[in-house]
Amino acid sequence: MQRKPAKAARVNTFPLLAPSVLALLVWMTVPLAITVWFSFRRYNLLNPMLHGFAGFNNYRFLIADPALSHILLTTIVLVVAILAITVSLGAVMAALFNLSFPGRGIARVLMISPFFVMPTVSALIWKNLLMHPVNGLFAAIARGLGLPVIDWFGSLPLLSIIIIVSWEWMPFAFLILLTALQSLDQEQLEAARLDGAGPVAIFFHIQIPHMARAISVVVMMETIFLLGIFAEIYVTTAGGPGIATTNLPFLIYQRALLAFNVGSASAAGVIAIVLANIIAAFLIRTIAKRLDV
Amino acid sequence: MSKAPLRIAVAIAWLAALLNFFPLAWMLLASFKTEVQAIASPPLFFFRPTLDNYRGIFAQQDYASFALNSIVISLATTLLMLLLAVPAAFAMAFYPGAKTRDLLLWMLSTKMLPAVGVLVPIYLLARDLHLLDTLTALVIVNTLSNLPIAVWMLFTFFRETPKDIIEASRIDGANVLQTIFLVLLPLVLPGIASTSLLSIILCWNEAFWSLNLSAHNAAPLTAFIASFSAPQGLFWARLSAASVLAIAPILVFGWISQRQLVRGLTFGAVK
Repeated sequence: MQRKPAKAARVNTFPLLAPSVLALLVWMTVPLAITVWFSFRRYNLLNPMLHGFAGFNNYRFLIADPALSHILLTTIVLVVAILAITVSLGAVMAALFNLSFPGRGIARVLMISPFFVMPTVSALIWKNLLMHPVNGLFAAIARGLGLPVIDWFGSLPLLSIIIIVSWEWMPFAFLILLTALQSLDQEQLEAARLDGAGPVAIFFHIQIPHMARAISVVVMMETIFLLGIFAEIYVTTAGGPGIATTNLPFLIYQRALLAFNVGSASAAGVIAIVLANIIAAFLIRTIAKRLDV
Repeated sequence: MSKAPLRIAVAIAWLAALLNFFPLAWMLLASFKTEVQAIASPPLFFFRPTLDNYRGIFAQQDYASFALNSIVISLATTLLMLLLAVPAAFAMAFYPGAKTRDLLLWMLSTKMLPAVGVLVPIYLLARDLHLLDTLTALVIVNTLSNLPIAVWMLFTFFRETPKDIIEASRIDGANVLQTIFLVLLPLVLPGIASTSLLSIILCWNEAFWSLNLSAHNAAPLTAFIASFSAPQGLFWARLSAASVLAIAPILVFGWISQRQLVRGLTFGAVK
C-alpha cells in the first residue's frame, strides 16, 4: 500500500522554528546595527561631553592612520601563513595516517590533541616553556648545538604567533582531511598502484583531488576563525612590540576597551565584518552545493 | 607501497605525532617540578616530582571557583542551546518545506559574523543591563554564537533517521508523547549527545568573550590562565599545573568525539 506523506506537510513547524530563528535574528541584526550606528558617531566613554554625528570622520581617521595598512597586512599575513602551513602539513599528515600501521589510533590522538587546548594555555606554554630566550627549551637546545639563541617574541614576534596558532589549527585540517581521505575508494587506489603509480603520484593525482572539497571547507572555516585571532596575542605580545603583532581584532579591542573610543572601534568593526563577509559568501556557496534538502 | 618506503612513512607519522604532542607532555612534566627546576638550564628531564603546584593552585588561587564557572557556562550554554536547537532541527529534518534550505544557509551565515565586529555593542549592552562579569552574559553570548553549529549538526543527524517511523508508531496506536519519548528519542539520542559534547568543548575553550566580558566573578578557566601572562605572575611550574587541570577534562572529551567534531565543524560537508 502506497501512503503519501501528505500528512507530514501539514504539520505546523512554526512554533518549533520560531525561538531559534528569532534568537539568531536578534543576535545578527541588533549588535550589527549598533556597530554601524556607532561608527558614524563621536563617542568616547572617557569624554561624555563629546557626542553627535561624526559623518565619515571615524573612517577617515582610521584610514588616514598609517598604522592601519600595517594592521590590515598583519591580519592577512596571519591568515595566509597559518592557512598555508596547516593545510599543507595537514594534507601530508592525513595521507600518512591513511596508511594502516601499529598504534595508529594512539598516534592520531596525540596528533589532534593541540586542537582541544584552550588558546590561552597554548600561547603561554609556547611563550614561556618553549620559546623563552633564557630559560626556554628551544634556547637550551640551541645552546647545546652551539647555535645562536633566538629571542622569539623580541625579534620574530609575528612568526612566533604564526607558529603557535599553526600548532593549534594543524590538527583541525589534519582531522578533517583524514576523514575525507578515508572515504576514498580503496579499489581506485589499488588500480593506480597496479598501474605503477608511486605514493607521491597517488598523493598529488588521486588523494589531493579527492580532498578538494574538504580542503576548501577547511580553508574557509579556518579563515573565519583566523581573522579573529585574539587570545594568543592578548596573552603573549599584547600587539607589540610596537604594532608588530596587532591585527584587526586586537586593534578593535585596544580602541574600545583600552582607549574607550567607541566610534573608532566601531568603524574598525565594520571593516572586520566586511572582510569576513567577503569570505563567508564563498564558504556558504561551497556548503550549499553539498546540501541536499 | 613496498616495504622500505612504508616503514619510512610510518616513522615520519609517529615522529610527527610525538613532536606535535611534545609541548603538552613538556607542560605535564613541568607541572611536577619546583619553580627552580622548571626554569633550570639545561632543562631537567629527571627530577623528584612534587605535587606542590597542584596544592598551591587549590589553596591560594581559588582554582575551584574558576573551574566551577567553566562548568556552569559549558553546561548551561549546552542545555539552553539544545532547548532552542532540537525543535528547530527536528522541524527542518522531519518536515522540510520550501524554505528549509534557505533557512539553514541563513543560520550558517550568522556564524560568519566576526565576534570582534560586535564587541563594542555587546560590551555596552552588557554594561547597561548590569550583566558585565556575570555568568548570564557569557551563557547568552555562547549560546547564540554556537546555535547555528548545533542546529546544523542536529539536522544532519536527524535527517538520517527514517521519517516513516513517526507514521508507523502512530498507526501502532502510540500517542504523540509516546512517539517522541519511546520511539524518536532513543534514535536521535546519539546525535544529541555528540552535539552536546561539541558544544561543551567549544564553550570550555572560548576565550574572546570570556576575556572581554568577565573580570573575576564570572571568569572561566580561559581567563584564569590568561592571568598568568602578567609579568609578576611568571611561575612556570604553577602555570603548567593550572594548564594541565584546565585542559585535561576537555582533552578526553575531544578524543571521544573526534568524528562528530568533523561533522559539526564542517556543517556536515565532510563526514
